[in-house]
Amino acid sequence: MARPKSLRKVVKPPGFKGYKPYGASGTKGEAVELLYEEYEALKLADYDLMSHQEASELMGVSRATFARIYERARRKMAKALVEVKEIKSVYGHAWLDKSWFVCNHCDARFTMPSTMKERSCPVCKSFCIESLTDDK
Amino acid sequence: MKTLITSTEDKLNAAFDKRFGRAAWFCVLDESTGETAFYPNENINATGGAGTKAAEKVVELGVGKIISGDFGPKAKELLNKFNIQMVIIEEEDLSVKEIVERIKK
Ligand SMILES: [Zn+2]
Repeated sequence: MARPKSLRKVVKPPGFKGYKPYGASGTKGEAVELLYEEYEALKLADYDLMSHQEASELMGVSRATFARIYERARRKMAKALVEVKEIKSVYGHAWLDKSWFVCNHCDARFTMPSTMKERSCPVCKSFCIESLTDDK
Repeated sequence: MKTLITSTEDKLNAAFDKRFGRAAWFCVLDESTGETAFYPNENINATGGAGTKAAEKVVELGVGKIISGDFGPKAKELLNKFNIQMVIIEEEDLSVKEIVERIKK
């Protein structure tokens, strides 16, 4: 069974709350929401120039999960630039709550009610899950 | 067990609705039979407490787990109390069908 470990610790949160385009004829639609972990993936790979292997180890996630977070970050940035949207940095929705878990296979986050017997992902049934709050 | 997935329309290839209290439809998947049913969210336009009302509806439907994009604090509190599992999927452009297939696999 996978050892639960601390997770996706954001080494350093982004130093901004958001970005706004200027010189544009108004921004369109909703802001793009960049999660902290996406910001961090982008920083580690494209600013600190780490390999995906190193970056995933640092973030405490599998390489595949890292690749998915990184891909999502890049798409969001591209979308913001091309569609002239604001960028908002958002703390990963579930992080501050107790007893949330994340699936390292499909990236779903979920609670685990005490009545639940199976310790697996409620979506893909993977056992490769870890607690978002455990600090060991 | 029954799983509820928030949906924008009352059909399987509808887009996954990432809001819980203000989702247009609730798709309920019965994991033992693989069958799905759609229920309209009657409180979508409620001025307040949409999350609470949606959570009550979930309890009424006998659902054990909910898949959505986000849950408000009130909904979370209620769902925790009733031991209903909350699942957050943050991926963009998913259809309800894709989620159902992931669960069934
Ligand atoms: Zn999973």
